[in-house]
Amino acid sequence: MPNIYEVIETNKMIEQENLDVRTITLGISLLDCIDSDLKKLNENIYNKITTVAANLVETGKEIEREFAIPVVNKRISVTPIALIGGAACKTSEDFVTIAKTLDEAAIKTGVNFIGGYSALVSKGMTKADELLIRSIPQALASTQRVCSSINVGSTKTGINMDAVKLLGEIVLETAEYTKEQDSLGCAKLVVFCNAPDDNPFMAGAFHGVTEADAIINVGVSGPGVVKKALEQVRGKDFGTLCEKIKNTAFKVTRVGQLVALEASKRLGVPFGIIDLSLAPTPAIGDSVADILEEIGLEHAGAPGTTAALALLNDQVKKGGIMASSYVGGLSGAFIPVSEDQGMIDAVTAGALTLEKLEAMTCVCSVGLDMIAIPGDTKATTISGIIADEMAIGMINQKTTAVRLIPVIGKKVGDNVEFGGLLGHAPVMPVNNFSCDAFVNRGGRIPAPVHSFKN
Amino acid sequence: MKKTIVTVVGKDTIGIIAKVCTYLSNNRINVLDISQTIVQEYFNMMMIVDTTQASKDFDTISNDLEQIGEEIGVTIKAQREEIFNKMHRIEA
Repeated sequence: MPNIYEVIETNKMIEQENLDVRTITLGISLLDCIDSDLKKLNENIYNKITTVAANLVETGKEIEREFAIPVVNKRISVTPIALIGGAACKTSEDFVTIAKTLDEAAIKTGVNFIGGYSALVSKGMTKADELLIRSIPQALASTQRVCSSINVGSTKTGINMDAVKLLGEIVLETAEYTKEQDSLGCAKLVVFCNAPDDNPFMAGAFHGVTEADAIINVGVSGPGVVKKALEQVRGKDFGTLCEKIKNTAFKVTRVGQLVALEASKRLGVPFGIIDLSLAPTPAIGDSVADILEEIGLEHAGAPGTTAALALLNDQVKKGGIMASSYVGGLSGAFIPVSEDQGMIDAVTAGALTLEKLEAMTCVCSVGLDMIAIPGDTKATTISGIIADEMAIGMINQKTTAVRLIPVIGKKVGDNVEFGGLLGHAPVMPVNNFSCDAFVNRGGRIPAPVHSFKN
Repeated sequence: MKKTIVTVVGKDTIGIIAKVCTYLSNNRINVLDISQTIVQEYFNMMMIVDTTQASKDFDTISNDLEQIGEEIGVTIKAQREEIFNKMHRIEA
């Protein structure tokens, strides 16, 4: 039986330190919806999603009430739409109709995001993949809740540089299509290397083809809890610091595991994985940057930041894998800029640059995330930044991602407001020396030598 | 047995336990254990109760207790036991 001090500790984490379950994401396979008739395909998709996810939001709320733990988001991920729409879609506009169907299904089920407007093109693009990619600007401008992700590289296949080049243009075009809302469309578009099939976090969630018909994946969070715990070991050595992070990560993950199993049981959908991520929000006291400061840095970005983040990420995993046998998704510390008040402060203070963020992505999940850049940045420059980040993922056998927002009409130092969980961000400078000749070469970067393990 | 943890946090005052226990007994909820302590000048009480025979569902009990708390100026929460066991026990 629990004792009173344990009960007080748990409730303090929830009430004062922003402990929450960040998302219950229901992955749904749409493979059985495929039809060569576009109208029929859209009907099948709408019916399947609204049937399988009918009770998702209500179940999430029930769990919230019974354990008194916030379950912040209830979301849906689906099979990459390029695979589902290939037989029916002859134009990019055809794909946009599917995006609208996904949006309607999301509204009907009450989820705040639906992910999987995606294509997996790490080695090459099919005609359908290309049509879907070219439809992204219009799809994201004409929907509210749809999220898109494209996997353009992997350790096994190398990097599809044709897709990287195209996506530089697509990111800019998406920004242009949604310029009235500070280019918000780009906040819902992620470019991946080594994208996981079971990631519950948006905007990059999709339901991989290796998955079951439906699956529950849960993303836990708790940067505020880790920060508060570390206040107790100020000035102590690294061993003590790491032990504290590990123990805290264990506790946080166990709550996620409980919620995942409950959701799975109540929805009659198998449990997939727990994603052990420290995911910040713009709320004060819910920041990964604050943890880095607590570890001993004046601001995120100061010398020592990469090492601090590496140890944080590793301890979170060590504590988490003891707490749940099925760990997957992205699992690590997230370092988005606009969604983390401490990161925003670090950028404003001049402590944190795009280049330092890139270094940080070598040791944590996931990548260059929610970074506002000037709207007049060239497409090839965006492609170059994507290529760099993909290379980090490919060589280090980890997931990396890019979610850049070139904000049309804004310049370095301006502030951009995305609202809600997406937060706000100062526009950051980009290295504008040309990489045109590099990006325009075309073709693929071959897989690295250490991928040949057979 | 379905165990629920009832916590009361707030300024100490006469009759807190009496009020909560009256409600529990009226609704066929058995009290298994009570402990209390003072943390940073706040009164903290925890009750472990058995709701197997309860005459109301969890949601109603939780809302009723919350309301009783508001009436006497403290915060009362009902939570299923598992969240605490999972967090603080390796084998739970």
